[in-house]
Amino acid sequence: MKPRVGVLALQGGFAAHAAILQNLGARVDEIRTAEQLASVDALVMPGGESTTMSMLLERSELLEPLSERLNAGMGVLGTCAGMILLAVEVVDGRADQHSLGLVDITVRRNAYGTQIESFEADIGVDGFETPFHAVFIRAPAVERVGPTVEVLARHGSRPVLCRSGRAMVAAFHPELSGDERLHARFLADL
Amino acid sequence: MSATPSSDVAAAAQGSPATGTTLVKRGLAEMLKGGVIMDVVTPEHARIAEDAGAVSVMALERVPSDIRAHGGVSRMSDPEMILKVQAAVSIPVMAKARIGHFSEAQILQALGVDYVDESEVLTPADEVHHIDKWAFTVPFVCGATNLGEALRRISEGACMIRSKGEAGTGNIVEAVRHLRSIVGDMRRIAAAGDEAELFEWAKQLRAPLPLVQEIANTGWLPVPLFCAGGIATPADASMVMQLGAEAAFVGSGIFKSSDPPKMAAAIVEAVTHYRDPEILAKISSGLGEAMAGLETATLAVKMAERGW
Repeated sequence: MKPRVGVLALQGGFAAHAAILQNLGARVDEIRTAEQLASVDALVMPGGESTTMSMLLERSELLEPLSERLNAGMGVLGTCAGMILLAVEVVDGRADQHSLGLVDITVRRNAYGTQIESFEADIGVDGFETPFHAVFIRAPAVERVGPTVEVLARHGSRPVLCRSGRAMVAAFHPELSGDERLHARFLADL
Repeated sequence: MSATPSSDVAAAAQGSPATGTTLVKRGLAEMLKGGVIMDVVTPEHARIAEDAGAVSVMALERVPSDIRAHGGVSRMSDPEMILKVQAAVSIPVMAKARIGHFSEAQILQALGVDYVDESEVLTPADEVHHIDKWAFTVPFVCGATNLGEALRRISEGACMIRSKGEAGTGNIVEAVRHLRSIVGDMRRIAAAGDEAELFEWAKQLRAPLPLVQEIANTGWLPVPLFCAGGIATPADASMVMQLGAEAAFVGSGIFKSSDPPKMAAAIVEAVTHYRDPEILAKISSGLGEAMAGLETATLAVKMAERGW
């Protein structure tokens, strides 16, 4: 049976994720409410503004149901803002920003600076034979990695792709560079 | 560049990072989708906007309705004001340059703004040429009233298009006209019978043929399409999203309403839940007065007519 994958569609780059997942054969639903969340087997949390998404999670009454599903072991892929929301600790966030606290990492928001410092670069990813082209947009940086977290890729010395249990988090945007390998791995691991 | 230490051997082996590429510039627009970009004139406004869930703020001296009332030449904001807004919030900060005024844009890039809006809301500096936006690291958004104008701006390097509407009126009618025109023509091009029809479309639109061919293949612009100019209520935001806009710019609509924090938060929610009338009914309740608004037939200046 095709996996039923939700893409959190409160705000951000959800459409590009949905297109790739569909291309890979998944059944994809946009998730904006708790009812919609209940119907999917796994979730992608896209890039966008983490502060905006945090508020919309709260106002859309999604925080608790999402937290419950994640703690019960639902597969999740978080990119950029998604990584920030899934991290245990956030530096340079808003004081009222919610953390789902699933992945034991410390993440600094906008660590590279403004948009002018945004960049693209090839990175090596564990398990991929050729480099992965990664796009970093006002990207967060992982500043601490806990013992339960496996680092799958680095840019320079900074971890940029991590796995912890059934969660995979990326500081970059695998949905923007036309390379479907990361999404394929996410689906294969479900 | 601070992003990657030059001493880092591993990074060098991976290929040096590239900034200011088309992918990187269009990428930020992708991340703003489903969000609200709010006009702010002070750091206090910027904080209210961020508190309400804005994905970005546009720093300017006066909101468009005050530009209309004030008259005179309207220019790029004072850099000091932009820096204060940047210091006040953690979300991306945009700022406006006059149409064709590449020097204002260079200054905005030097200030580190995240997006430059080459905007008809300011008084145009050049009545023939728009800015060569390929020459910049910072990405640009430009307004358009129709598909030809949108494609000309993209051919000049714009990484995001916003339908112009009529800024400062609180009247959605022009935004609706422009969105329907842009989206409708894209739908007609995608349904074209053969290449010969695409040649004709390019002529009619005064737009580069490769961009017309790209729309025929994908059904959409190669950059995100946002909406601006006249959004004053959650229902306005929902309507333009349903018509095909991928995010909303709100100018006077927030800080000219009777309760800006409430209106701002409601419009943010409306852009997310734009297809859910039950949620929209809830968030539209008890917001106080929306901005007063203007009939477009009574306007002395139609800002949407600026741009070529």
